[in-house]
Amino acid sequence: MATVEQPPVAAEPQRAAITNGRWIGYARLLQMRMLELWREPEVIFWVFVFPLLLALGLGIAFRSKPADITPLAIIDGPKAQEVLNLLQHSPDHANFQPEILSAAAALDGFRLGKYALVVSMDDSGGLQFRYDPARPESVLARSQVDDAIEIAAGRKNPIGTQSKASSEPGARYIDFLIPGLLGMNLMNSGMWGIGFALVEMRQRKLLKRFVATPMRRSDFLLALASSRLVLMIIEVGLLLVFGVLVFHVRVEGNLLSILLIGALGAVSFGGVGLLTASRAQKIESVSGLINVVMMPMWIFSGVFFSYERFPKMLLPAIRALPLTALNDAMRAVILQGAPLGAQLGRIAVLAIWGGVSFVLALRWFRWS
Amino acid sequence: MAVAIQCRGLRKTYEGKVEAVRGLDLTINMGECFGLLGPNGAGKTTTIEILEGLLEPTSGQVEVLGKTWQSDERELRERLGISLQETRLSEKLTVRETLQLFSSFYRHPTPVETVLDELSLQEKKDALVGKLSGGQKQRLAVATALVANPRILFLDEPTTGLDPQSRRQLWDIIRQFQKRNGTVLLTTHYMDEAERLCDRIAIIDHGQIIAEGTPAELIERLTGHHVVEFAIANSNGGDGYNWDKLPGVQAVCADDGVFSLQVREPHETIPALLAELQRRRAQLVHLTTRQASLEDVFVQLTGRHLRED
Repeated sequence: MATVEQPPVAAEPQRAAITNGRWIGYARLLQMRMLELWREPEVIFWVFVFPLLLALGLGIAFRSKPADITPLAIIDGPKAQEVLNLLQHSPDHANFQPEILSAAAALDGFRLGKYALVVSMDDSGGLQFRYDPARPESVLARSQVDDAIEIAAGRKNPIGTQSKASSEPGARYIDFLIPGLLGMNLMNSGMWGIGFALVEMRQRKLLKRFVATPMRRSDFLLALASSRLVLMIIEVGLLLVFGVLVFHVRVEGNLLSILLIGALGAVSFGGVGLLTASRAQKIESVSGLINVVMMPMWIFSGVFFSYERFPKMLLPAIRALPLTALNDAMRAVILQGAPLGAQLGRIAVLAIWGGVSFVLALRWFRWS
Repeated sequence: MAVAIQCRGLRKTYEGKVEAVRGLDLTINMGECFGLLGPNGAGKTTTIEILEGLLEPTSGQVEVLGKTWQSDERELRERLGISLQETRLSEKLTVRETLQLFSSFYRHPTPVETVLDELSLQEKKDALVGKLSGGQKQRLAVATALVANPRILFLDEPTTGLDPQSRRQLWDIIRQFQKRNGTVLLTTHYMDEAERLCDRIAIIDHGQIIAEGTPAELIERLTGHHVVEFAIANSNGGDGYNWDKLPGVQAVCADDGVFSLQVREPHETIPALLAELQRRRAQLVHLTTRQASLEDVFVQLTGRHLRED
């Protein structure tokens, strides 16, 4: 019996095909995400350069500087030159910058805040100080000048005292600021790097195009989170090295603890960013949402000043914000070398924010 | 013949109001190039996205390669190449990087270099996507579908907005894919595209199929083979006459002062037409005769042109 060769029914359009491993999709997604970021100059600026500029600007503006030189006015009169001589020969003469002026010019300058103190002679030959009790530098100048003149004139103090200046690294404004900037930067780049990026991809229909392939959605999210972690290491590293080199910030905690807290912060804000982006169709609307989410934390979470200044009743709510937990944890580990075990509360706050956002985001997320 | 795609009673209602697809049956065979043809808003994209498993139908059954989206989504995704309408790929990646990314999602993709060759993208492989021309971007979009080494290629308006040369290039690519036993489902609102490229077409209007068959069948079934178009100086003069009384005329259509007669044999009709015009002392300003096209089929079926612009 003759067998008839069946023609192949609808053969596959087979060609030399290659075989991909399980993780190649994830690896490519991560690689391409990093390439895209690297080729976006704005990202480099906002994520890496801007925080350094902010630290530099604020660090210089609020640097610990020697006491101000106090400008003084001495009203021209018979003993004006004598007073000037006394001041210039007092032990504290470097702190003063006295000038002899007419009464009108002196009072005018005082009123405009140019002089902290006006010295004049009364009829009896004594000195009269005109100062403003509402201006701290004026109050200070009054007692300093008083002391300086009396000592220069020969007053002996019954008890010998000594003063020693102390501004140690660790207690300065820049030391407070750097961990806060780290936290804020992790929030910014998490929200924009995840939230904004996702909505942009949705608007371009790129998300829809991806889910039309066999791409694993979990790989996609994992790659996005991984790209945040890689950036986190660079962000944290740059700002810390900058603080150490430029402002001699002393890092007390170990690097691993700092990076672990950074990673938790990056992932937590990544989750919040994902939730923010779960539905928005337009980049304009997600930009608004991101700002609404971040604004309260910029103000309340102790980035630039301590949140302890807010009324006591607000503090529990403030401490429940993820950025507060991140900033507090960063400060504790960087400035005091606190071990991770000592801040489980803060770690829990971050984990809960990240975890709950992530679960809700997965439920609501739209790929198209 | 083996069936590639089949759907029955497909309906899609958006937000409980707009009925985009209203009861659609389709059977697309392996190895054929099938075109969904219709004006904008006819429901083409909704239909193709349901078949691609990207939209859930409100009701109806879909089977692709004998499988359903509910039970075999992953398996199906491995075997389909999809190009959506207007996807804007990442502008900061190069052509090659884009293809490497898409190829990494499949278990057995076609090598990127092969696809670059086939789509004449070798020269541009290191160019950023943002710097490509419209035609090159569209070729890249098709390339991201072909890199899947698919059995079925879905193309949603692949040539909309392209210059004639780029369109022809894409047609060649689609024909090559078909020669390798590939099945193609495409949507278009270009009649000439459907006529030249597709083995069979379905004309869709208001979410329903109003005609289906090979291009030649449709033209033959629904129109004469030829169209005689003419215009006269004082067009009012033509209105009063029943032009379908001329010999061989099957249908008449007046549009903007131009009369189109669908005729079986132009040589029967034209002398009679000229004689009639002379008798009425009408001045002929325009006369052409051409093969009937799918455009004529569409006008015949709906009384409208495909692209009302």
